[in-house]
Amino acid sequence: MRLRCARATTILLFLLIFAASTLAAEPKFPTLTGRVVDDAGVLSAATQSQLTDMLAAHERATGQQVVVVTLDSLQGFTIEDFGYQLGRHWGIGQKGTNTGALLIVAPKEHKVRIEVGYGLEGTLTDAQSRIIIEQSILPSFRSGDFNAGILNGTRAIIQVLGGNPLTAEPESQQVGNWSPTPWGFLILWGLFFFGPWIIFIVRWLRHHNDPVWQAQHRNALILQRGGGGWSGGSSSWGGGGGGGFSGGGGSFGGGGASGSW
Amino acid sequence: MRLRHFRALTLLVFFGLVLSGCNVNKLPTLDEQVKAAWSEVLNQYQRRSDLIPNLVETVKGYAHQEQTVLTQVVEARAKATQMQLPADVLSNPQAFHEFEQNQAQISGALGRLLAVAEAYPDLKSNQNFLALQSQLEGTENRIAVARRDYILAVQDYNTALRTYPQRWIASILYPDLKIRETFTISDQAQQVPQVKF
Repeated sequence: MRLRCARATTILLFLLIFAASTLAAEPKFPTLTGRVVDDAGVLSAATQSQLTDMLAAHERATGQQVVVVTLDSLQGFTIEDFGYQLGRHWGIGQKGTNTGALLIVAPKEHKVRIEVGYGLEGTLTDAQSRIIIEQSILPSFRSGDFNAGILNGTRAIIQVLGGNPLTAEPESQQVGNWSPTPWGFLILWGLFFFGPWIIFIVRWLRHHNDPVWQAQHRNALILQRGGGGWSGGSSSWGGGGGGGFSGGGGSFGGGGASGSW
Repeated sequence: MRLRHFRALTLLVFFGLVLSGCNVNKLPTLDEQVKAAWSEVLNQYQRRSDLIPNLVETVKGYAHQEQTVLTQVVEARAKATQMQLPADVLSNPQAFHEFEQNQAQISGALGRLLAVAEAYPDLKSNQNFLALQSQLEGTENRIAVARRDYILAVQDYNTALRTYPQRWIASILYPDLKIRETFTISDQAQQVPQVKF
């Protein structure tokens, strides 16, 4: 009698432990293969490379990491629950400043979410995220065009992160309508990238008949060509190109917005 | 004389090894993590609390006949903000429970307010309301994340405090460290108000 009791208790205990472990289970995350992780297989190769180029350029310019991910399944989690854990798991954004964001699409569950890292919550606010989802993403998704929706959404995210917030105009704004980058922003951007070269070339021309100076500074030219121009925090993630992409160790706290169609 | 020196040195090395092996810094580290996670919880609840006056004003402009729901929200917020959190709230079950209850009441009242707002098309298309609504949604989500982080931090801390060898270390070095209270997961407060749009 006592023995049976004990056995029953043991089984119960095991069941409890099992239940607890499934409750606390983490979702299974896809591997971070690049800036675009198409786990659901809804994006064309052209879209993927276009997105990757856009996002890589954005990271070079600002150090902010934005990753687009389509999920095969949410595994029973809500997209909010899944999103911040995925962001933390991958460590998108720079460590310390947490400047990362995710665009998460779950086609099967008809859910989309913009997950914003701690450091970007000030520019890519919840309200802005929602406007992007409502205006740029959902109209295309409703007609089944994931490529256009994700492209427009990513453009809008980059636009907002660049300091040009969207205004909430549900009716007037069209689907593919993305206002062109203002000239001031372009010039600043150009200066940021090419400034070191311009300065160097000017100095080179000034010393054009001074072979000693040129010999001394030839190394600097090579160094700059090697990418020294934008050494923001590049040590924390490898490569920067599509293949060698990895998270910088940023963290997420549940900021952003979700939508469904 | 030399022998005594040698013995003292051995003892010193021995204690050094024991102390570093037992990781005497573990409990204070975990304690700080709990405190940081708790600050984040408070921070997010405060953020929600700050959104409420604006939200109430906006809703009032369109749905002033919904007085009961509006009053409930205002009262729940007032009750929560009036509560004086004792310094030892994290190891004081009563105060902790009261805090949780107050916040759960705000969650409930806000959920009802947003449900009521569904019936007012003008309000639903108001830009200010839409912005507030998405901020509120985001904040509820942040609260959920902060609470979960807090629960995990407390779990680590409490486990360390109750198991050996940290239990011995605590009784010798940190007798003032206490078991921390944690949120009850299957709580109504855990439920994010469902907002459909």
